[in-house]
Amino acid sequence: MTDVIAPPGTHEPTELHLPPEVPLGDGHEPHGGHEEHGPTGILKWLTSTDHKVIGLSYMITAIVIFYISGIMALFMRLQLATPHSSLLTFSQYNALFTMHGGLMLYLFAGPFAFGGLANYIVPLQVGAPDMAFPRLNALSYWLYLTGSITMLLGFFVAGGAAQFGWVAYAPLSSATSSPGAGPDLFLMGIALTGFSAIFTGVNLCGTIFYLRAPGMTMFRMPIFTWNMLVTGILILIAFPVLTAAVVMLFCDRHFGTHIYTATGCHLVNGHAMVSCGSPLLWQNLFWFFGHPEVYILALPFFGIVTEVLPVFSRRPVFGYKGMVFATMAIAALSTGVWAHHMFTTGAVLLPFFSILSLLIAVPTGIKFFNWIGTMWHGQLTFTTPMLFSIGFLFAFLMGGVTGIMLASPPIDFAVHDTYFVVAHFHQVLVGTAVFGGFAGVYYWYPKMFGRMLRESLGKWHFWLLFIGFWVTFMPQYVVGLLGMPRRVASYPSNLGWQSYNLVSTVGAFIIAASFAFLLVNFVVSWRKPIPAGDNPWDAHTLEWFTTSPPPHHNYTHLPPIRSERPTWDYNHPDALTVPHGKGVHTNGKANGKVTASV
Amino acid sequence: MALGALLLTGCQLPTFGAYKGATSQARSTFHLWQGFFIAGIIVGGFTLLLITWVIFRYRRRSDEMPRQTQYHTVTEIFYTVVPILIVIGLFVATVLVENTVTAVEPNPAAKIDVYAFQWGWEFSYPNGVKVIGQTTDAPTMMVPTGQTVRITLRSYDVLHGFYVPEFNFSRYASPGYYTEFDFNVLHDGVYRGQCTQLCGLYHSLMFFNVRSVSPSAYRTWLRVTGAYQRTHPNSIGQLPADLHANINGTVPSYSGNSGNSGNSGSGNTGNTGGALSGD
Amino acid sequence: MKVSAVFLLLLRTFFGIVGLVYWFWSYEDGGGLMLLGVTLLGFLPGLYYFFWHRRFHGHKYFFWGNIPAAGDRPSDREDAEMADGAGVIDAFPGSSIWPFVLGMGAFTTVLALIFGIWLAFIGVPLILTALAGVTAESRRGGNV
Repeated sequence: MTDVIAPPGTHEPTELHLPPEVPLGDGHEPHGGHEEHGPTGILKWLTSTDHKVIGLSYMITAIVIFYISGIMALFMRLQLATPHSSLLTFSQYNALFTMHGGLMLYLFAGPFAFGGLANYIVPLQVGAPDMAFPRLNALSYWLYLTGSITMLLGFFVAGGAAQFGWVAYAPLSSATSSPGAGPDLFLMGIALTGFSAIFTGVNLCGTIFYLRAPGMTMFRMPIFTWNMLVTGILILIAFPVLTAAVVMLFCDRHFGTHIYTATGCHLVNGHAMVSCGSPLLWQNLFWFFGHPEVYILALPFFGIVTEVLPVFSRRPVFGYKGMVFATMAIAALSTGVWAHHMFTTGAVLLPFFSILSLLIAVPTGIKFFNWIGTMWHGQLTFTTPMLFSIGFLFAFLMGGVTGIMLASPPIDFAVHDTYFVVAHFHQVLVGTAVFGGFAGVYYWYPKMFGRMLRESLGKWHFWLLFIGFWVTFMPQYVVGLLGMPRRVASYPSNLGWQSYNLVSTVGAFIIAASFAFLLVNFVVSWRKPIPAGDNPWDAHTLEWFTTSPPPHHNYTHLPPIRSERPTWDYNHPDALTVPHGKGVHTNGKANGKVTASV
Repeated sequence: MALGALLLTGCQLPTFGAYKGATSQARSTFHLWQGFFIAGIIVGGFTLLLITWVIFRYRRRSDEMPRQTQYHTVTEIFYTVVPILIVIGLFVATVLVENTVTAVEPNPAAKIDVYAFQWGWEFSYPNGVKVIGQTTDAPTMMVPTGQTVRITLRSYDVLHGFYVPEFNFSRYASPGYYTEFDFNVLHDGVYRGQCTQLCGLYHSLMFFNVRSVSPSAYRTWLRVTGAYQRTHPNSIGQLPADLHANINGTVPSYSGNSGNSGNSGSGNTGNTGGALSGD
Repeated sequence: MKVSAVFLLLLRTFFGIVGLVYWFWSYEDGGGLMLLGVTLLGFLPGLYYFFWHRRFHGHKYFFWGNIPAAGDRPSDREDAEMADGAGVIDAFPGSSIWPFVLGMGAFTTVLALIFGIWLAFIGVPLILTALAGVTAESRRGGNV
């Protein structure tokens, strides 16, 4: 049935001074939130438009793909442990790194962040009953799932999966250089998941602009929601360009166009044919998507960290408005830096892209210092989500510094397409998507399932991952500076690179072991649950006000929303969040009403 | 500026893992790297210390409610402005080195056309000498030490990367346009190179060498090899028979066509990319 | 509302400036056009919110008309109570088979491009059925 929703708060307050209740549906009495709505079982999964069900589907699919892609990486590292390993053929290795990159970037990091966690959490954080377009939301998930299957089908066709790298540079990705169905499946997988992302972006922007609860002004939204809004806008900027580029590449491959290929350019009376294609065009289009894409991947996880750090420091976010403006600045700058991936073509305007790339360090640095400021003078408890967030800080710090080095074209000339770059992007991506993402998993798992994950297993996961992370990627910086290129299935044995590669492989297996602990944690916490309650972490934002898991349409009661920490204000009237500009310390107002505006 | 002073004293600093550089351009890049690395240590180290300090100092000691400070405008302005200044400094240093590295001078002593293909290299000299090698049969490019060498880089088929680690330099070879760069090798020696942009199945094996000898030895080599190749055309290495594509629509012929070597493929300069490469 | 407008317009002005700088500095077409596209993309909702905000605050709608001020929506007011948001928010379809059908149709059609056009005979009807189903569902306010 369709639920026509009236917002919470249309009745008088009860004697318990609880916030007013929500009347659900069309005049029904309020429920305790446990009523079954609609179909159950497999049919529920196929037809549900509830953002929580969809978000969970996304997250489970994404984590499964993460494990599959991780196993691919393990094979790659095994191959590189010795210089001329015969574990994999060159063709298999090339397919593995293409698919590892494609799976992680298109099918795990993005969908987990904006399709999974944001889908689940953003409506809760703004006090909405669901996303703005529930059926579009469900369509996004099905396009994501089918897109993932499409990409993975590449392994099962003759000729194997795509082997041209996740960036699919033309003309290597043309039909003559990469024939077969595997590359086509890769490209079509990108197209399907691209549409999935675009629809999710529409949903995010619509929900955040239109479905906020009364009192939840834009500057009272949690930073995670702000980041998801900016991510949604970046998605709308970037993904259509990618989809168009991929469609054109498909046309080049199958319909005889010469958009990206310069082959077959014939001299006509000594002059080149005007219709010669340009491989540079693919690079420009792809990276115009590609660079905002990495910020689409990073910003949600920045948001997660900004949720976790205040809770476990028992302080508000430091510099809330600075965080918001820094996020906007990062998004704005990220659309202007795409050609820093093309410095070595010799065909791009070096100083323009260099200065903008260097400038991105400024808002990122602002966020960093705000995170530190959040913890300053706090009372830190090192729960698993907090550990992962701090691990993110360390990982991203070094990844960011090496990124600044790469933003300088002469340095980039020296290390482009070497393992230095591989180490850099793994540091930033693993730092954000893995450390930040699993911080989110451990943080919000109690809200989603009503039970706690085991802290001891979580700590094993963190420490093994943290140690394995540094052991894997630090040697890669060194060997990249020595000149080892990326995307190579073998390397000369007389250059002294083997010891670094061997250490890196050992690190990769340590990381793999850490993820075994996560699986065990999931199983144990399900079999022997520890009930979580509504707010096990004494957290601040609105989603912790409702039950765990939240009821259908999310809220039966809502507190008054007078700051960016409505749940905290309700639970701690002696330490209210004071609006920006009104002083730094609490003054003990009991009813949460603040008269002046920002 | 402090950064400039640091760059000037660069020769006494550690290399931080990079090559000092075998060409004059590479030396500039190396000093820039040292400057960036030091800036990275300072800024990164400072932030690292802050994080570590916070983790240890502010562990939970009691149930006392901590100060709920939400902002501090002066501090926030400080850590906005200071990074901007650092970035501007890094950018200025970058532009100075970048102009040195990408500069092409009007009259180089040696001009070599480099063609990349799947999976090897062709080095083509102005007097008709060609050096061609595939995968592990790596071709060696002879260059004169101490003089400017101009490379014009193209690809016959897909993107490749011309990368010499000890030159601290790489550039893409692309079909459809050519790109040019200069280098001045400082000392005699053999420097290994490798393709650095994924180009298909045997990308890992696309090796080459750059061998730098004295200018007189270079001229001798050029003359002798040119004469030998004219009388023994079969001694020139072979391009692969199934070379996928080429720039001007015909299979490049190299036997006895010494006059063509400078022209093949130069008719199609593609887009403005070629013009920008000389910035 | 005002925040949304300012946010989007500021971003777009930034892109516009960057785009102009890039265009005139590099004469490179691809990037210049893409930056122009982003600028225009942002002006669309940004200007929409801008004029909406002006209407809700009693300013003349563009340069003509006299609309009485209605104030901000409850979600934009800082002192709003829950009761202020009373009334129907929106229609949220509880469950619907049509996204799944549309997704499967898109999947099959895409595979048709790769494996053979015969698959399109399955995929396109699925898509059309789903589109019809969603439209009927919306009109009836519930599952078909």
